[in-house]
Amino acid sequence: MSSAASKRLGFWISFLPPFGWMTVFYLVPLGALLMYAFMRHEYVHVIREFTWENFRQAFTNIGYRNTLIRTLWIANLVTLIDTLLALPVAYFLAFRAGRWKQPLMILVLLPLWSSYLVRVFAWRIILGYNGILNGVLVHTGLLHEPSTLFLYNKFSVVLTLCYIWLPFMILPLTTAFERLPVKLLEASADLGATPFRTLRRVTIPLIMPGLLAGGLSVFSLTMGDYITPSLIGGAGDILIGNLVASEFGVAANWPLGSAFAGVVLVLLFALMAGLSRKGVLENL
Amino acid sequence: MRRLIGLLTIFVYAFMHLPIIVIIIFSFSKGEILSLPIPGWTLDWYRQAINDERLRAGLLNSLKVATVATIVASILGTLGAYAVQRYRFFGRQTFRAAVVIPILLPGIITGVAMLTFFAATDIPLGLLTVMIGHATFGFPVIFNTMAARLSRLPRSLEEAAADLGANPVQAFWRVGLPSIRTALMAGALLAFTLSFDEIIVTIFLTGNQNTLPMEIWARLRFGMTPEINATVTIILLVSGLLVVLSQRLTRE
Repeated sequence: MSSAASKRLGFWISFLPPFGWMTVFYLVPLGALLMYAFMRHEYVHVIREFTWENFRQAFTNIGYRNTLIRTLWIANLVTLIDTLLALPVAYFLAFRAGRWKQPLMILVLLPLWSSYLVRVFAWRIILGYNGILNGVLVHTGLLHEPSTLFLYNKFSVVLTLCYIWLPFMILPLTTAFERLPVKLLEASADLGATPFRTLRRVTIPLIMPGLLAGGLSVFSLTMGDYITPSLIGGAGDILIGNLVASEFGVAANWPLGSAFAGVVLVLLFALMAGLSRKGVLENL
Repeated sequence: MRRLIGLLTIFVYAFMHLPIIVIIIFSFSKGEILSLPIPGWTLDWYRQAINDERLRAGLLNSLKVATVATIVASILGTLGAYAVQRYRFFGRQTFRAAVVIPILLPGIITGVAMLTFFAATDIPLGLLTVMIGHATFGFPVIFNTMAARLSRLPRSLEEAAADLGANPVQAFWRVGLPSIRTALMAGALLAFTLSFDEIIVTIFLTGNQNTLPMEIWARLRFGMTPEINATVTIILLVSGLLVVLSQRLTRE
């Protein structure tokens, strides 16, 4: 076998299996999902006829529309809060942790490797009427009786989502800080910039790809979550993921469920396309 | 400023670990209801968790799924990273971007998309379809670790092997793979744990066989029980050891 032919063979052997798998088991299913979104639904049957009806319902039904708006609002809020929480931690890990860095990094990773379900549920034990927070507050005399204000509302949903996805923000941000050339910061200071100006003009632009990468992960994960609202939220706090899950579950209206999923899909693809030009996808 | 960052870091770490500490403490508590004050200490929940038939069946299914999914994802991820790092081809950048989509899109999209696909192709739902789902998001995880390692590995090693008469398969198997083995193990560990803990894709793709997270999910609807705390604490201990191991592997 000639070297060129053998090289070509090597390429096809390494390229075809992953390409084939991705096409058959990922891209085709995404296509199937989008096709369902344009199919008609009658009682429990899916009728293979083109219709815009599912999308019309998704955007005009007031309950659905409010859920979509609520999901976007909460996803933005969670991303913002996680950014603020992750910034000092990532900075500390990159510049101040010293010999503690390895164990501290492991502590960031550890929650990701332990049961997602139970970590969500733990907040019910902490925030509930008989929960730990109420126990502490009553015991210390700050409250006369346990409060029901901490659980089954937007506050508990946002808190839990921030908690669950925080490591996805800390990790890329830490990498971004690690790659930050410290000499540039010194140069900026030497040239007379105030610390705030250095932060705004040098530091933030340089860590931006990492920040956006983390933000994309947190935003996307929140957009798709439905376990947290169903365990921690009240009846009025469901997210678009709950609508998808119920249309594919008990409500059994796959075309409508596909339309909800399609809205999330298109939104996230648009976001990714916008961010990929800024080199964000390489920072994940 | 320096002290403020330190204090904020401590606060965020407390926030990140409070729920896990709560779970661990309550797994040793005598009380059936998870609230303060704690009435006393016991190891009974661990005994119950270990002897629970359905938890054991779930654990076995989860181990099966995670093992198969990790093997498939390791093969696909390694091959894909190799193709992207060692060959220039039309659509290379697009392929690179497309490969990571399954970890960028939320699990619910992957779940319902595959569900419609399996329904349309009449493939019955069961552990096999769960394995396919998990392999699909495990693939980009391994692809990322491997592509990062391969990009730092000099190509000259494999070229030397080729000059000495090895075919591409031999060059990969005898020279390429040994030098990326630790990255592969770290990626595989991560893919394995993600699969082991996965719930959202699994809910849509499983038949009547439950994985461990599915079994926990079924019970959580009626409230948390102490034996779930014990189960999770055991898993936490094992995965803690795995994180330390994978950190060691990626540091090389």
